[in-house]
Parts: sequence; structure tokens; C-alpha cells
Amino acid sequence: MYNGGKIIAGLIIFIALVTFPFYTNMGKTFEKPADPTAAPDDLHIGDIPIGQMRAEHMMILDKWRDEVVRGGERFITYDGDQYEKSIQNGCLSCHSKQEFCGKCHNFAGVDPYCWDCHYSEEEGL
Amino acid sequence: MLDKALKGGKKYWTLVIVLAAMSGVGVLTYLQQLKYGLGITGMSRDVSWGFYISQFTFLVGVAASAVMLVIPYYLHHFKKFSKMVILGEFLAVAAVTMCMLFIFVDMGQPMRIMNVFLYPTPNSILFWDATVLSGYLLLNITIGWATLHAEKKGTAPASWVKPLIYLSIPWAVSIHTVTAFLYAGLPGRHFWLTAIMAARFLASAFSGGPALLILLALIVRKNTQFDPGKEPIQALAKIVTYAMIANVFFILLEVFTAFYSNIPGHMHAFDYLFAGIDGHDKLVPLMWTSVICAVLSLVLLIPYKFRENEKLLVIACITVFISLWIDKGFGLVIGGFVPNHFGTVTEYWPTLPESLITLGIWSIGFLVLTILYKVAISVREELGTAKSDH
Amino acid sequence: MKIDRRKFLKLAGCTGIGLGLSATDMFKGTVEASSGHSAVSTAAVRHAMVIDVRKLQTAEDYQRIVDACNKIHNIPTLIPEKGNPKHEVKWIWNDTYGHSFPDQQNYYHPEAFKQKLFPLLCNHCDHPPCVRVCPTKATFKRPDGIVQQDMHRCIGCRFCMAACPYGSRSFNFVDPRPFIKDKNPEYPTRTMGVVEKCTFCSERLEKGEQPACAEASHGALVFGNLNDPESEVRKILKSNFSLQRKPELGTMPSVFYVIGGGEYAG
Repeated sequence: MYNGGKIIAGLIIFIALVTFPFYTNMGKTFEKPADPTAAPDDLHIGDIPIGQMRAEHMMILDKWRDEVVRGGERFITYDGDQYEKSIQNGCLSCHSKQEFCGKCHNFAGVDPYCWDCHYSEEEGL
Repeated sequence: MLDKALKGGKKYWTLVIVLAAMSGVGVLTYLQQLKYGLGITGMSRDVSWGFYISQFTFLVGVAASAVMLVIPYYLHHFKKFSKMVILGEFLAVAAVTMCMLFIFVDMGQPMRIMNVFLYPTPNSILFWDATVLSGYLLLNITIGWATLHAEKKGTAPASWVKPLIYLSIPWAVSIHTVTAFLYAGLPGRHFWLTAIMAARFLASAFSGGPALLILLALIVRKNTQFDPGKEPIQALAKIVTYAMIANVFFILLEVFTAFYSNIPGHMHAFDYLFAGIDGHDKLVPLMWTSVICAVLSLVLLIPYKFRENEKLLVIACITVFISLWIDKGFGLVIGGFVPNHFGTVTEYWPTLPESLITLGIWSIGFLVLTILYKVAISVREELGTAKSDH
Repeated sequence: MKIDRRKFLKLAGCTGIGLGLSATDMFKGTVEASSGHSAVSTAAVRHAMVIDVRKLQTAEDYQRIVDACNKIHNIPTLIPEKGNPKHEVKWIWNDTYGHSFPDQQNYYHPEAFKQKLFPLLCNHCDHPPCVRVCPTKATFKRPDGIVQQDMHRCIGCRFCMAACPYGSRSFNFVDPRPFIKDKNPEYPTRTMGVVEKCTFCSERLEKGEQPACAEASHGALVFGNLNDPESEVRKILKSNFSLQRKPELGTMPSVFYVIGGGEYAG
């Protein structure tokens, strides 16, 4: 093989890098979060079905964040009450960050940057 | 043609490795900046733009200077520049790359840079700056590569190259007019709020860029078989001379307006830069160095006998470059922020991490330049056309 | 239709660019941001603030205003003492007349007046230069006059800080969280790398409350609707001489200062 030494060396380095996540996490256990209890058709904040909330909360939060900051439309009704479209004053007023967001995000290895600015009192700053 | 960059002698590879190492140091330091924030630089609430933006401002001028070769050669058929044009175009590519890198490292949230293109804002000059810089990079790399490739094949370049070349002429003027507009349209900063800002940018670009190009051409002549020729270098030297005269003249015009009007807001920045205010005088030695270099460069450039002497020309080009680097870098940018809107002075000096990142980006730029020049020179050496007829 | 490959590719390319551009909101906001070179706002609501410095007498009066804002917005006030003072973040602060109005001094102002402090904040200009220059519309002008800051979109280029003629804006050079003294759980912090400034407490206005500084000022800071001829701010402006910062720049600030006159006789 022409330049065979360099090619083999390059291939070995490439395979080592690409399989890095697999062999560094071998042997570790990850607790899969329990299945959520609420049924997907139940309506949640903004009369959005819970199933849709679970699947699309990223886009929904993105939309809300523009509506609040850029549009000044801060409130949403749910079950007759007014709630703020706000992580700290809305979602976290009912849910706990660790139980609600952290459980699934930690398992999936997702680290959204919401928490760079927003925070939950239970965890402090 | 890129394979030409993979074959080289000892000097070439030493240069590449040294530049790559310095770039690596810059990248590692930048990772620190990503972790700890722009607080590791010397910038402050009052001086919110510093070394990075000043380097970008200076390099935008160097990038635009390719047009000083393109206009004579392509518009006026000045045959003497035939060998030099590619050097100018590739210098523009390296310079614009550095510009964009400097903007990138200056951003507080670089991960969000696509917001500039996702939410285009035509009333923002920074939006236009991002657009014209990207366009200019694409133009120059396309034109340079296509013309070099055609030369290698022994044919004329494809027909679409000519319109791009003509487009690159106003585009070059636009990149630093737009950059000048970043400063010249801001109310409340009297040091910058001057109509002559864009003209000053043009003058300093057309002196600083060709000065660097002369130095690079002489280095290339010394270390490779490529010889652009004595007359093209003299033609460039004439351009540097007249552009530098214009540049110094424009600065003196600014000094006159500030001090003859006696308006405090207009004078204060000059006071800070050249004399210091209340004992704050960090930039004073630097600014006077710039002045002395400017005067020295004109003494060496204006008389024909001196300009003709290539040894003196080297000193002249180095002093031009140093003078403009200080003036457009430290002088222009920091002078706009000091004193601040409240009349008080917060000084600025780059920190070590900031300087390492800056050095890293300059290394990346010179690495790009080295590789592109190596390709161009190797192509010509193989064709046997490395020596100019002039 | 006979078309060769080159022509087809050219056509496809142009179409692609056209569709791509139309998918962006390229021209939205252009009119808002760059119009209005002469006319004053005629919207139904234009928020403004009148600061009557005669009603601010003691150091405590001044500090109370600043503390109210700092506390509810999680401002990292500990930066000057625990961090680098150059990285200070402040939305409202107090400074002398000479620093607040540097181009409107004369040597013969009464001594008592020269020592007087003025609360300084974002002026929420009618023609804001910061909005004009922001490349992502992260800072934008709301219809009610407030110049708002979208921390989610800001790329931290600091062009707005260069453009603001009043020095109202602060940048998060470092992570602000270690420097926050008392956190308010109802408001987020910011993260490093974004610019921030006074927002006229838009989050409180939307709940029908007054801005925190006005509420804490015991009547020295009066907040109201400038476009309502019967509002308190208009009444004060009708019956008192008022100053604005750098009026010659055409920014048309929404913050007015009532300074009085004979009170400073020495």
C-alpha cells in the first residue's frame, strides 16, 4: 500500500476517537427514569396535550420565550388560572427541577443552556 | 494544486510547524476564554472593544489593498503587476480570514453567531460587515484559485472570472468603508464621528497593505525562485508613498479640526492619546512611536533615491506598517472609548491571554498565507515562469 | 423545454437563494428601527420617567433606588469588591452633575449643585442608536417605548455599548452568579457574554406594578405615560424646567431631570 504506514496509523487514531464514548462509558450503569404517570391526552398549560408537550417542549418554550420577551405576552391560562410563561415563575412553581427536567435530561445526556440564566431555588445559584 | 503545499523544503516545513504551534497556543488560550469569559482580556465596561476589534479594523485595510494591484492590472492593463496580482489576492484571503477570526473571538456568545444571518438586520452596519467580509473572502479565493489554475493549465481563465474580478474592485472598497461606518455613524463618540473616517481608512489601507506586500514579495524573492521583479516593487512603493502622504495629511486635518475649534469633546481623545489625562498615559509612548515611524517612513519614501534603494525601502515599509498598526489599532479604537461618556478615564491594555489569542490568530493567518503562496510559487516554478520580465 | 445542465444549475441556485432569503425575517423591524428622524412617538403609550432630584436629599434616598433595582434583578453587585471593577454591571447608579451632563457645565454653578447626585439609567430613547446598530435585533424598541434586551438572542458583540451615547449598558465579562448578593427567585440571572441594561422593569409593568426604582424613590422618580396629556409625568414637565442628557444627539430620551433652581443658593 502506498503510504501504508500513514494510512494505517490514521485509521487507528480515527477509530479510537470515534468509539471513545463507547469504551469510556463501559461498565457504568444509568438509571432509566420511570415512565411518566400523566396520560398523553391530558391537557396541560395552554391547553396543550401533555404528549405534545413532552415531544415538542423545546419548540414550545422557544416560541414562548419570544412571545414573552419580544411580544410582552407573559400570561397563559390553564384550568381557569393565569400562569406565567416563565421557567422560574411558571413551570417551577408546580414542578421540581430535578424531578421534572433533570431526570430525563441527565439520562439522555442533554444539557440545555436554560440553566445558565434561569435557576431553581431548590438548587440555589 | 493544494498538493503543492504538502511538498516543501526544510525552511518551508519549519515555518509551517512554528506557525501551527503558535496557532495551537492561541486556540488553547481561546478555550480558556470560552470557559471564563471575556473578563480574561483587558476590556472593561468603559472600553468595551479592545485588541481583537482593533486587529480586525487594521486587517480589513490590508485585505482591501489587493485592489491596488487589481485596478492597475485588470482595468488599466499595467503589465508590470502580472506576477504580483496573485500575491495580493492571496494576502487578501489571509487577511480576511484573520478579520473573521478576530470578530469571532471577540464575541461574548460565539455559539450564537448564526443569529446574525438568521435575523438579518439591514439597518445594522455589523450585519453588512459580516456579509461583505464573507463575500470578499469567497471572491478572492475563487478569483485567485481560478486564475492560478488557468495559468497552470496554460489557458486563459474561464469567462466568469473577469466579471468577478471587476466586482472585487468596488467590493474591496466596500469592506473597509463598511468597517469605517461602524465607527463613523455612532453619535456621542466625537473622536469617531467624522466624515473623513472612511477616507482615512482607505488611505491607511492602501499604504499599509502594499507595504506588507512589498515585504512579503522581497521575502519570497530571497527564499524561493519566484522573483516578482524590481519595477513592480517600485510601482507598489509609489502607491505606498502617495497613500501614506494622504493618510498623514488626513490625520493632521483631524488634529486641526479638534484643536482649532477648541471643543473639549473633540480634543479630549487626542489629549489622552498623545499627552495623557490626569496621569493616565499608558498609550502615549505608543502613539508617539507611531508618529515617529510615520515621519521616518515619509523621509525614506518620498525621495526617489531612497525609495529606489531596496534596503531603505524595507525599513520604510516596516515603519509604515508599525505606524499604521498602532494608529488604526490602539489609537483609533481605544481613543474612541477614552475618556468615557462621563468624562472619566478607564485605561486599557491587552492582557497576556488576550495577546496570546491575538498572536494565535495572526499565526493562523500567516499559515494560510504560507500555504497559498507555496502553491502559487510552486506552480510558477514548475512552469518556469517564476522570474518576472521586469 | 430544452435546458442544458449549466442553465438549470444557475436557475436552481438563484431560486434557492431567493427562497432562503424570504424564509428569514430580513426586513422585519427595519422600518421600526430606522424611521422617525423627526416625529415624536404618537403611540397610545410611551413610557417615560421624570426624576426630581430636589426630592433626593440623603445618601440613603439615593442608595434605596439603586438597591431596589439591584435586588430584584439579581445584579452582580459584588463585582467591584470581589472581582475586577472594570467588569462592573449596573442598571441604575448615581453620579455627579459634571459626569451626568458633561457638556452642560459652567464654572459658576452653585457649590451645592455641583455636589448633587443624579440617578443615571438607560434613557429608553425614542430614536435609540443601540437599536440601530444591533445586528440581531437582540435589542429592540417595543411599541410602548421601552428599549428591550433579548438575552436569548444577544451574541455579545457589544456594538450597542459602543453606540450608546450615555454609557447605560453593561457587559457580562464573567459569570455573574458568584457576585450576586441576595438572589431574587422570581427573576433569572444572566450568563456571561451578553449585554444587559435597565428594562424599565417591563416584567413588573406587565403585572400592573411600577418600576422598582420609582416605587422605592418615595415620589422622586415618577413613571408614567408621556403620550397621555393628563399623566403625572406630563403635569410635572409642564410646570417645571427639565433637563435631558445630550439632547443635541437627536436620540430623544424618555428620562427627564427636574433640577429646580433657587434651592441651591449658597
